[in-house]
Amino acid sequence: MTATEIRPAHSRRRFLTGIGAAGIGAAVTGCSALSPGSGDDSRGLDVWTLTDPVQNKIQRAALTRLRRSHSSRAKLTPFPNTGYTQKLRIAMGTSDGPDVFWSWGGESLRPYHEAGLVVDLADRFGSDTRWRDAFLPAALQAACVDDREPLGLPVRGMQPVILFCNQTLFDEHDLRPPRTWDELLDVVDAFVDADVIPVSLAGAESWCELMWLECITGRLTGTGPLRKIFAGERGSWRHPAIEEALDRIQKLVRRGAFGQAFGSVSYGSGGATAIFAKGRAAMHLMGSWEYSNLRNDHRRFTEDGLSWVSFPTVPGGTGDPRALVGNNTNYLSVNTRSADIDAGVGLVGTQLAARPFIDALIKAGDVPAAVGIEGRLRELAPDPDFALYVYRVVSDAPDFTLSWDQAMLPAVKEAMLSSLQQIFLEKLSPRQFVDAMELIQ
Amino acid sequence: MTAPAPAPAHRSLRGRTRAASHTDNAARPGALYAVPAMLVFGVFALVPLLLVCWLSFTTWNGLGDPRWTGLANWQDLLTDPGLLHSLRITAVLTLAGWAVQTPLALLLGVWAAGTQRGRALASALVFLPLLLSGAATALVWKALLDPNFGLARTIGPWIGVPSGNMLGTSGGALLAIIAVGAWQFVPFHMLMYQAAARNVPAHLYEAATIDGAGRVRQFWSITLPQLRNTVVTSSTLMIVGSMTTFETILILTDGGPGAATQSMPFRMYQQAFKSFEMGPASALATVLVLFGTALSLLIVRFSGFSRMRSTLEGI
Repeated sequence: MTATEIRPAHSRRRFLTGIGAAGIGAAVTGCSALSPGSGDDSRGLDVWTLTDPVQNKIQRAALTRLRRSHSSRAKLTPFPNTGYTQKLRIAMGTSDGPDVFWSWGGESLRPYHEAGLVVDLADRFGSDTRWRDAFLPAALQAACVDDREPLGLPVRGMQPVILFCNQTLFDEHDLRPPRTWDELLDVVDAFVDADVIPVSLAGAESWCELMWLECITGRLTGTGPLRKIFAGERGSWRHPAIEEALDRIQKLVRRGAFGQAFGSVSYGSGGATAIFAKGRAAMHLMGSWEYSNLRNDHRRFTEDGLSWVSFPTVPGGTGDPRALVGNNTNYLSVNTRSADIDAGVGLVGTQLAARPFIDALIKAGDVPAAVGIEGRLRELAPDPDFALYVYRVVSDAPDFTLSWDQAMLPAVKEAMLSSLQQIFLEKLSPRQFVDAMELIQ
Repeated sequence: MTAPAPAPAHRSLRGRTRAASHTDNAARPGALYAVPAMLVFGVFALVPLLLVCWLSFTTWNGLGDPRWTGLANWQDLLTDPGLLHSLRITAVLTLAGWAVQTPLALLLGVWAAGTQRGRALASALVFLPLLLSGAATALVWKALLDPNFGLARTIGPWIGVPSGNMLGTSGGALLAIIAVGAWQFVPFHMLMYQAAARNVPAHLYEAATIDGAGRVRQFWSITLPQLRNTVVTSSTLMIVGSMTTFETILILTDGGPGAATQSMPFRMYQQAFKSFEMGPASALATVLVLFGTALSLLIVRFSGFSRMRSTLEGI
């Protein structure tokens, strides 16, 4: 009976204490998540990168070499591409972030720079500029946030957007890869008549559609208006070239350039690549990384039936036909909260330009951004023709614009990608697209 | 002598009351047993909920400290045309999900409660999708609906989509999400209906048969009224479940084409983890919580859930 009377009081007290403890627990974890910490010395250097069996092996070898020169332990933590951006953002917001991290430059690097989380390499190296002179300037462009010195250095090859062609199909239909817009239209018509999809397009992933807007706008007007768009200036989307590029895209859609079912085709699952390589589609506008995919999955086609050209010129366009768009490369940057900044800077500043690293990249099919490597490309690359082509177009490029989706504020990028899908589906007119983007801007 | 007589009776009455209350308390020991659940609820639901409410008044990109901006996110949210669109998509998915799943689950459940030949095997097959994770289901369907290498090219012409372009059109993508959701969740609700249908006393059917009622009449007059509590429970789960559908949309359509399948939870995810605008995303999350709570309360209020009695009462 006594127990019965006491029990409610007991339970109430315990309940309140429990809630209090939970609250404090939450407060403590919340605080530790938000407050900057010093990191743990004993764990060594944590390097975050994307999962890629071939590349990860090369990167691990670089960490082993770093250990010899800096006697610091280092481990590689690879993540799948999907979700990496989110993981990095959350980790960098805590004291448990990586010491060295992978990015695409541009807006994927800027927020960390603005939050004071990226080590200023120029500051660390002082007047010695060899660390950046070892790389092609065009490839460093995306790491130069606000026209500063680069905040990261290339860990992979250069990846400009290229128009890949199924030469077997072109030969069969007695056609040649298009160099101008009119030639492109003729080729599209010829393939539509022959019941071949002229262009393989993964419309389910609008970053693939974005390449068309990037390339056409680039040929029409160059990079001038883009800088204003990337800077978020009001009225910047109203540049006539944007509307004209969108209009040209919709004309291509109506002509059947991308087939009837492109909206359901995805890139991640290899759909767009397979349509192209298996001879159902004649052209494929994609970053140069597609060459490695084709070589891995469709080797015979890659060796016998693949050709490539730069994006066709557009009549009346004022953009330099040598200008490129795409992923300049991928970068490694050092976190200012790292417990061993010296080792991080040692890895980024010395190992990434070291000969063994560059040679391993070339052998793996990448075209590194290092200067003066034509000879090694000719000697070591699995396909020297393609490697030298990529190397030369980047070396000659007056400008290498970072893919728009990596160069814009994330909120603007999301709006642009979803509106662009509607352009390809003809649910929005070019004018409506521009109006929608101006609203976001 | 007469006076003391009532006293023992009074004492004994009090004693009985106390004994009764003791028994009640033993069965229901008050808040103590609720502590673990309340703690989990507090730490993983209430505290994050309050933090999200607070974040909705700030601007934060996930790095550094959130900055207080007052009502700015809420003002933006109310004038955001995207909110209305995502609300509409959410409503369509919820209503269509309910309208497709309820009859299917009800009929399958009632059928599975019977004793037909091969019923157990067929039920087990229908039940299979429930054992798969939502993400795996969505990935498999995405591959199946590929117009070039999936089944879409074969099935497409039968359902009026000759090119097999189902995920690439606004209507097709919505339909695909509703269909995949039904394929995935009908088995669960079927199981609920099956269990409930088995509880309907056989003598009700026997009496109805003697009275000359056919199978259809028996279904409408006996089975359905007997299942009314299950209908309410299953509908509540369906509606709240459809309202928060997320991974199917993320994997199958990524909110596209364009914004055609951007439901409220997807939009919230997009703002928080793709645009890194935690403030507006938190405002949207708060709206979603309020919306879900209001909807659940409405269902409880109008379905008579709180006054629910056993369907076997008086039988």
